Amino acid sequence: MQVTEYKPKIVAFCCNWCSYAGADGAGSARLGYPEDVKIIRVPCSCRVNPMFILRAFQRGADGVIIAGCHPGDCHYTSGNYFTRRRMALLFSMLEYLGVEKERVRVEWISAAEGAKFSKTMTEFTATVAALGENKRLEDLRCKQ
Amino acid sequence: MQAVMEKRALELLADGTVNRVLGWTAGEFIYDVTPAVFETAEEVQNGFLYNDFCGANLSKYLVKESRKEGKILVFLKPCDTYSFNQLLAEHRIIRENVYVIGIECYGKVDVEKLREMGLSGITGIRKADGDFVVETIYGEKTVKQADAMAERCLACKSKRHVVYDELIGEDGEVVEDCNRFDMVEKLEQMTPEERFAFWRGELSRCIRCNACRNVCPACTCEQCVFDNPNSGVAQKAAASSFEENMFHIIRAFHVVGRCTDCGECSRVCPQNIPLHLLNRKFIKDINSFYGTYQAGEDPNAKPPLGTFTTGDREA
Repeated sequence: MQVTEYKPKIVAFCCNWCSYAGADGAGSARLGYPEDVKIIRVPCSCRVNPMFILRAFQRGADGVIIAGCHPGDCHYTSGNYFTRRRMALLFSMLEYLGVEKERVRVEWISAAEGAKFSKTMTEFTATVAALGENKRLEDLRCKQ
Repeated sequence: MQAVMEKRALELLADGTVNRVLGWTAGEFIYDVTPAVFETAEEVQNGFLYNDFCGANLSKYLVKESRKEGKILVFLKPCDTYSFNQLLAEHRIIRENVYVIGIECYGKVDVEKLREMGLSGITGIRKADGDFVVETIYGEKTVKQADAMAERCLACKSKRHVVYDELIGEDGEVVEDCNRFDMVEKLEQMTPEERFAFWRGELSRCIRCNACRNVCPACTCEQCVFDNPNSGVAQKAAASSFEENMFHIIRAFHVVGRCTDCGECSRVCPQNIPLHLLNRKFIKDINSFYGTYQAGEDPNAKPPLGTFTTGDREA
């Protein structure tokens, strides 16, 4: 029997102005990041509704990361400050419900930080891979 | 108390200050109390009821009622005035069309607790020397206040009316040492596995009746996200454990910073799920992350999720 290596599924919500460009920067600089990371571009990190995160988990994600501009650098002046408050509360609630808090994360990655993007995604993927499959927020109907 | 309230309601109806009264009426039984709108003096005389079972928060009904013609009289307990104030801050109630009478409250009785004590055939209840005297068809029985009171009233946060046009009874004070976060703290100290098991045990009983959403004074959207057939949380009994979690996380998240901790969600839950523990967790976090905030206390205060500081903690 062939044993396939466990590959985590990571959803990364990247803000159009900083982190998405940062991912591009990582590519231009030929810095790799794990192919398990699936990037979804959003206009601003504050576009990420808590429901997006839960839906990602429902559809089989093992980890969700939200990447946006550094505080103070938001293209829309203050969007990421709202993200920070919302996600602090949401992550605390997930932990309260017994979901591993390491599965969710917010990172600030600017357009110039290709190296940080690569490093963050590699490290986050390793963290989630160590946790294993997302069992506590899974929807069996969405599993193959 | 009921006689005083009824008299005042009839006076205000007679002098034309209001044309309707929002209060409570008995259902099948005296402990089966339901909110009701009375339009005439006869209706008030025949139907109006106020007793220790009148737990329902009437403020949400004003979202619709204050948009009708004429002024409406409403009786609000201290905790209900917080919800009312919050709805005013959100421009959901037209203040000019509401006449608020604040009524004093020492805590409401949970009929389930009386039933657990083996009391049946309840025909009345009255307060005597700090205890409740329950009248039943088999005679009277005295029960201790702490044994009969609803859980949310045992951890009452405030006996102060934050908004009113007139008061019946005394205005109380904010209860500083109400211990309402005790259970939240207990849960926080458990291991993630224990917490997960606890919430699975509670939330798996959810039948998605939506009573918590429908009664919540903070849930006043005309179109709810859960009514969207594509929400991922269908309008039927949850098909998987995920849907149960999702519904309750999102429902609690949508009222963050607006929930006044009135406890109506837990009161109406037919499955007795302690839903207030989700809301209280958010309230506790807001208090510790962004400074103490009580929704509804000050209608001009900035809501915690509608504002920020540059020095906020990282998520």
